[in-house]
Amino acid sequence: MSSVSSPPPASPAPSKSWTVKVREKAVEALPPERLLPNGQPTYVASWIYLFGVASIASLIVIIASGCIIALKGPAWWHYTGVGHFFNSIHLWSVELFFFVMVVHLWGKYWMAAWRGGRARVWMTGAVTFLVAVPCALTGYVSQQNFDAQWISTQAKDAMNSVGVGAFFNLTNFGQMYSYHVLLLPIAVVGLVAAHVLLVRRNGVVPPFELEQRRAALAAAPSPADAADGTTGGMQS
Amino acid sequence: MSLLRPTDDTQPWKGRYYPYDLVKELCIAVGVIGLLAVVLTVLFSSPDDKPSTIAQWSHELPANFATAAAKELAETSPTAEYGPPYNHSSGSVQHFLLLHPQRWLGVSHPIDTAEDYVIKPLETVPNDPALQSALTEYKAAPEKQKKEWSEAYAKPLEEYETAVEEKKAPPSTVTVNQSAGTVTVKASGAGPVPTMMSSLQSLAQSGGLEGGLVTSSQFFQTDYTKPLLFMADGGLLAERAEGQHLLGDQWGLMNETGSYPGQPWLWLYALWYQVEPMKSSPSADIQVLLIMALLSLAFICIPFIPIVNRIPRWVPIYKLIWREHYATASPAPPTSKASAGGAAPGPATSAGP
Amino acid sequence: MVMGAVFNLDHPAHTVDWSFIHLSVANVVVIVLMLIVFFLAILLPFPNAKSRRGDAS
Repeated sequence: MSSVSSPPPASPAPSKSWTVKVREKAVEALPPERLLPNGQPTYVASWIYLFGVASIASLIVIIASGCIIALKGPAWWHYTGVGHFFNSIHLWSVELFFFVMVVHLWGKYWMAAWRGGRARVWMTGAVTFLVAVPCALTGYVSQQNFDAQWISTQAKDAMNSVGVGAFFNLTNFGQMYSYHVLLLPIAVVGLVAAHVLLVRRNGVVPPFELEQRRAALAAAPSPADAADGTTGGMQS
Repeated sequence: MSLLRPTDDTQPWKGRYYPYDLVKELCIAVGVIGLLAVVLTVLFSSPDDKPSTIAQWSHELPANFATAAAKELAETSPTAEYGPPYNHSSGSVQHFLLLHPQRWLGVSHPIDTAEDYVIKPLETVPNDPALQSALTEYKAAPEKQKKEWSEAYAKPLEEYETAVEEKKAPPSTVTVNQSAGTVTVKASGAGPVPTMMSSLQSLAQSGGLEGGLVTSSQFFQTDYTKPLLFMADGGLLAERAEGQHLLGDQWGLMNETGSYPGQPWLWLYALWYQVEPMKSSPSADIQVLLIMALLSLAFICIPFIPIVNRIPRWVPIYKLIWREHYATASPAPPTSKASAGGAAPGPATSAGP
Repeated sequence: MVMGAVFNLDHPAHTVDWSFIHLSVANVVVIVLMLIVFFLAILLPFPNAKSRRGDAS
């Protein structure tokens, strides 16, 4: 009978192991039940909360349709019905992406969703929007049609005016295509991942306390209130 | 409390949770968005206006092509006079106060318009003794002579273009045969330039100029800068753009060809180009981009900007979003002794007024 | 080239003009739709109110 039927018990991890350190930090920051909770606070009770996941869904459809267009190179969609179909999906999913992302942004602003230590959530979201804009621009100038000719020859003046045109040439199709299908999508996906992980870590921002509730709590302090920490402030 | 970080009394949630399936939600969202994209595709498809070519340009607007080509040779075209990153001129160099980034970053994509757009392409034309003789004469001449010849040829063409734009009678020095796509220019003192320009027009109309401009330096090439700048120096792209509402004063940078939605998210960027002083400034681009950079930074830093970060508290849209929470979690003065202070998931408040 | 669309949008756009503002009808429709969707999202009741009032998960 074999003496080895299961892996040997793990020996105490040496403290110098990078793997252990990374794993422990990750699990401490986001234990599995916080990374993928199966419940949400009861105040998550509005359709506005769906626009974040709608933004992610739009990004998934953009990337999927973009992958299909990329399968046969940048020119094929001009000449076949199937190619044009997936190009249309790609364009409309971009319009939907910006649509739902901005509605999500409006909702988060009016909720002041940066409260309670969530400033980085807001900031990663804002930067995601600002990076998505040049990602779309590089797509428009990669179309290899009249629109691409016009946008590239016009927008080059803006790029040149701030010196960016010296190393980011809108009329260089090869460079723009590379930024559009690889570099900027990686940036957008990375930023969205950071944004979502921060939301999971901090939880969805709670509602504002109403004045009368705050007044009521303030009017009758009790040991329970002290335990609640209602007298303290949460700095981000 | 500091000015940048006002007191934030947001407490960690100690109230109740309810079942919520995030993975199912994402899958449904992907399905819904995917379906919406398909429906929009079936209803509206997407635009794909064919690109303009130099061959088309030289056929449809022969005088405009000849004018642009003459100015490239004379080095008086917008590209020739642009400045960095194409050359050391200063016609389109922008700055803001002490910031001159366009000049600082220098010439990174050199274009010599006379050589790149006229001389080198013409040198590829075989079996044309008259052209080769004209080229030899031109290249051997001193710079001053070259300039005089090319400007002598360009002047009547510029007058023709101006007359057409102002809807006046065109000068008799330029004759255009629209159907044949030819231009005849009576220009004294133009030396070998008329022969060169006539050959260039034929080369363009044969389609030989586009490929030559793209692959002039190497076999494999994906950089369309030269042919695009050449076409942008002419009028064909702008004529098409105006018809499609893509010009700057038409808020064109927000628009798509046809009647499709474009880039509505660029509304604020487009707006600054319509207001003074940017509207009439030769440095409009750098001015607008600096404004947008500042506003973008402010957008990122909203959590820290006084007043802006308090507006959501003052404008009670949040009362609509969280109305169910406020209705069920009514303010309850705590009871004297035992209190479900809410340290663990459970009812957020006890029953109260 | 537009492949088999139900509605052909391949013609020059109509514009909404007001003072110095010139927006294409399509863009105005998108912006108005966004506002409508935002207000519907915060006004329409969200399902499963019972489970939020009921027991914890």
